Amino acid sequence: MNNLQSLSYYWPEIILTVTILVAIIADLFYSDKDSGKTALWVLGGLILAQIAIYIQDSEIVTTLFMGNLAFDPFASFFKTLIVLATILVIFISQKSSELDGHRTGEYYSLMAIMVFGMFLMASAIDLIMLYLAIEIVSIVSFILAGYLKGDLRSNEAALKYVIYGAFSTGIMLFGMSIIFGLAGSTKFFAIQEAMWNLEGSAQFAFTLAAIFILAGFGYKISAVPFHFWTPDVYEGAPTPITAYLSVAPKAVGFAVIIRFFNTVFGDSGAFIDPSIYTFTTIAWPQLLAVLSVITMTLGNLVALQQNSIKRMLAYSSIAHAGYMLMAIPTLSSQGVYAIMLYLVMYLFMNLGAFFVVIYVKSQGGGESFDDFKGLGWKMPIVGIVMTVFMLSLTGIPPTAGFIGKFYIFASVIKVGPQMYWLAVVGAINSVISLYYYFRVVKVMFLEGEPSETIIVPSPTVLMILFALAIPTVFFGIYWAPIADWVSRSLTLFIKVI
Amino acid sequence: MDNLNTYLFIAAILFSLGMFGVITRRNAIAVLMGIELILNSANLNFLAFAKFGGMNMSGHIFALFVIIMAAAEAAVALAIIINIYNNFKSINVDEVRELRQ
Repeated sequence: MNNLQSLSYYWPEIILTVTILVAIIADLFYSDKDSGKTALWVLGGLILAQIAIYIQDSEIVTTLFMGNLAFDPFASFFKTLIVLATILVIFISQKSSELDGHRTGEYYSLMAIMVFGMFLMASAIDLIMLYLAIEIVSIVSFILAGYLKGDLRSNEAALKYVIYGAFSTGIMLFGMSIIFGLAGSTKFFAIQEAMWNLEGSAQFAFTLAAIFILAGFGYKISAVPFHFWTPDVYEGAPTPITAYLSVAPKAVGFAVIIRFFNTVFGDSGAFIDPSIYTFTTIAWPQLLAVLSVITMTLGNLVALQQNSIKRMLAYSSIAHAGYMLMAIPTLSSQGVYAIMLYLVMYLFMNLGAFFVVIYVKSQGGGESFDDFKGLGWKMPIVGIVMTVFMLSLTGIPPTAGFIGKFYIFASVIKVGPQMYWLAVVGAINSVISLYYYFRVVKVMFLEGEPSETIIVPSPTVLMILFALAIPTVFFGIYWAPIADWVSRSLTLFIKVI
Repeated sequence: MDNLNTYLFIAAILFSLGMFGVITRRNAIAVLMGIELILNSANLNFLAFAKFGGMNMSGHIFALFVIIMAAAEAAVALAIIINIYNNFKSINVDEVRELRQ
């Protein structure tokens, strides 16, 4: 589709662009104290963008802007997910004590820019577009990680993030340049066609380039061995940003991996005939399976030893990336289905866990396990809700986390006996994770003295808590709406027009 | 000298030097310079392929965008490093150690 025609399919992004500009300009008129009101503009823009996505969400599958972006239900799914995560994080940020005394206007504007970048990431089918989208998201998240200018830990998080981030995008870019040379085009579909005619050393070069590109993608979803930034950045960044980074960019990171690998290595984006993967010199499914095993095992084992709950959640998010990666080597639409379902469930439970950490800190507590002692008696509601999130992150029924894990394991087992080992390792890992998630529950309810006074959170805090906790329980019992939504969104753009 | 392989070879050397710089340097600015080398090696690849491969404009456009993005990234990175210097009085990446390792 040419540029002019594309515009009518581009409403969500246009609305976001206007939102970003309006938010930045509106922020100029606010005093330091009122600067947080920028959030309202951003919220309004996000809701409008979501309405636009909803209206457009049809069966039409096409490409926009001369084949730069795909317009398909798959992209719409991730856009909706991102908007949902962003809206929740904006509400969460209101309650964060870390941001007090900072001018927060830019904070929300930057968040809107990040949403824009993630929209493009979810639909890019051209290497240039993909690179630009990834860079928009990365650069903005560097700034957000270091938003607390006077805070040494936030400074350090930003420095580490910028170095690791720029380094891995650099490696990815080098990989892209080689692929461009081999294929003579930056379009995914053209690359996929060109790959069939490669032989000998060209094939080797292609494999090498794909590994380089995997470094860039792996960094986005914090898969081992590209995870080194994760614990430090997650611990040092303002907690709402940590929560955001652990959900939204990770989700689109998976979208990019699914789209890129299915398009370039697969049967032009349709879900795949496994034999196609064998044409390169490396066995991709096995490589990714091993990566996922290392990722979840390392995440879980290191999470065991943490004293800070925030840092523990950082390692747990690495482990969850590992669980989701398990479904990619299945090379089936079921695997993709499982990942998408898991991402929805993961959004609620992970944001919830981080919100409890934020709330406890804002009430004069801290982020370490010691600060959570006796919390279940002092703040019973918060304690119970946190228990729900921990149950869900472990994957115990009847919570959303269980359903997510169930689908992932089912998709792995369905492949056949050669994948059973992967499911077994995943199950063992879930058992390990039980220990550190339940340590939180144990500390909250079984340690420390029962307190005399009971703190009941304010209505807005309760509202956010329940907005996150109710889906976590509800989708564990009745997940049909999510399942429907995911299966409707399972259409990727397939063939060049 | 005037063939594709020469350019690819130089780009590969630049890439390796950049990697080496990022891994061995402890000064944050030097690390950034290493990253710039990596980005420029990719640029060189794009332009060489575009010129010798008889390909379309995509290579030139890609390189142009990479230059823009590198500038934006450098701006943000330098801002962060200045802030680090103000708070830590050092830009040695090993001395910036507030978070648990």
